[in-house]
Amino acid sequence: MSEPAPIDLPPGLWSQPAVDTSAVAELADVEAVQMVRNPARLDYDYTPGIATTRFLRAIKEKRLVGERCGETGKVYIPPRGVSPVSGLPTTEQVELGLDGTMVSYCVVNLDFTGNAQEIPYVSALILVDGSDIPIYGLVREIPYQDVRVGLRLKSVWVEPEEMTTSLENIRWWAPNGEADLPASELTDHV
Amino acid sequence: MRDVAIIATAQTKHVRAATALNEVEMIQPVIQDVIERSGVDRHGFDFTCSGSSDYLAGQPFSFVMTLDAVAAWPPISESHVEMDGAWALYEAWVKIQTGHADTALVYSYGKSSPGDLPRVLSRMLDPYYEAPLWLTSIDVGALQARAMIDAGLTSEAAMADIAHRSRTAAGVNNPHAQLTSSAEPSALLAEEYLADPLRRHDCAPVTDGGVAVVLAAGDRARELCDRPAWIRGIDHRADGHHLNFRDLTTSPSTTLAASRAGVADRPVEIAELHACFTHQEPILRTALGLGDDVEVNPSGGPLAANPMMAAGLLRLVEVADRIHTGEVSRGVAHATGGHALQHNLVAVLEGEG
Repeated sequence: MSEPAPIDLPPGLWSQPAVDTSAVAELADVEAVQMVRNPARLDYDYTPGIATTRFLRAIKEKRLVGERCGETGKVYIPPRGVSPVSGLPTTEQVELGLDGTMVSYCVVNLDFTGNAQEIPYVSALILVDGSDIPIYGLVREIPYQDVRVGLRLKSVWVEPEEMTTSLENIRWWAPNGEADLPASELTDHV
Repeated sequence: MRDVAIIATAQTKHVRAATALNEVEMIQPVIQDVIERSGVDRHGFDFTCSGSSDYLAGQPFSFVMTLDAVAAWPPISESHVEMDGAWALYEAWVKIQTGHADTALVYSYGKSSPGDLPRVLSRMLDPYYEAPLWLTSIDVGALQARAMIDAGLTSEAAMADIAHRSRTAAGVNNPHAQLTSSAEPSALLAEEYLADPLRRHDCAPVTDGGVAVVLAAGDRARELCDRPAWIRGIDHRADGHHLNFRDLTTSPSTTLAASRAGVADRPVEIAELHACFTHQEPILRTALGLGDDVEVNPSGGPLAANPMMAAGLLRLVEVADRIHTGEVSRGVAHATGGHALQHNLVAVLEGEG
């Protein structure tokens, strides 16, 4: 068995082998179509749902509100209205703290955001005080090499006149000066 | 082959727009309802399978968020199809056939209201030649309807009769339906065209809703249900994707699936057909070989309630419900996916005794 001849690929990440049109005489001198561009756009009216609407209305007032599973007692944020452990509707709204604990993080060295964030930056999972599932957030005001699991954080909010019904009201999270939470208290979350 | 039956069903009240609810809030009560009806423990299902599409709500991985309603933590054996729930049921049926499950929870749902559904469905067309034309689902339906009329296989008057019959039946038989009444056919024919030769009444409505089913095998089914709706045959086949590869007045894939499912083995009492346009009913009647004595879409069918990704599974549910009550002994359910009846599933359901 001989090795197949290597395919001559044009440069570029998504390049394809040249199109072989030798079977169709009429295409002999026709330039092959390499790419078609078909812009598509669909518009949607987003429906957050009842539980998430409660959460979004609260966040406009600088409050974080989770919802509790009546069976397990776990508190979810942002709430979607149903407990993933029991499969039943959440039964109680719970006022959470505005501080939290870092349970996982990533130092990002690639520019995913189109220069919206200066790299490197820290993206983290933050367990908000009083809740049982972490949310994503940026962590700043600390050198990236110093971040660690268990770090206590405070939420840093946009100015009152900029507050909307969005998680973007929290600009980022920053160390709150408290002692780290030991990893043993975070075993369900790391 | 193992005997597998639909032993419990539940569905939403189908509406034009469930504006207050997110998808999981919409489908959770249906899942809870079917679980309670089935008698299976909430955490006791061997397999769970769902059908939905991110394109409807415009949210990537929307089905993952909906998994909250099946208590998917700690992890369960679970799968999802980006297809109508009838295919989720098919996957669950295969799973039970392999012996890896005796019970399965199947559900599907669609919230079409956040987007412009006919435009969203245009994205199913091939991306190079047809999708750039932005043919909507109504436009493609109109091409098919025109082909049917030109071939002498239906007429605008016959189509109006089908719309009238379907929505009137929904008013009598189907408390879950969205559209439950119809003007007289003569009044329908006086309306403007939506896309010539289709008028509004020829098209299934835009619907938010969902459906859930519990399957069980053999003695487990008999233990859980007084009169299980046995799946005696089930098969699905597809025709070509490009519209110009096909004779739009026929559905060869439906005929093949019907043959493999054994539709003609014994008389059929009712058929629930996933015909989203009036003109598709005669195509399917012919493809399935249904006689004039077969009652078609006693629930009103998709013309009365059309939750995308659920309307096909609903066809099986409407037949199964009538078997559970003893109203009928043998029925055919058909589900479709793609444009102009491209991909078709046929199931034969029977009661015992």
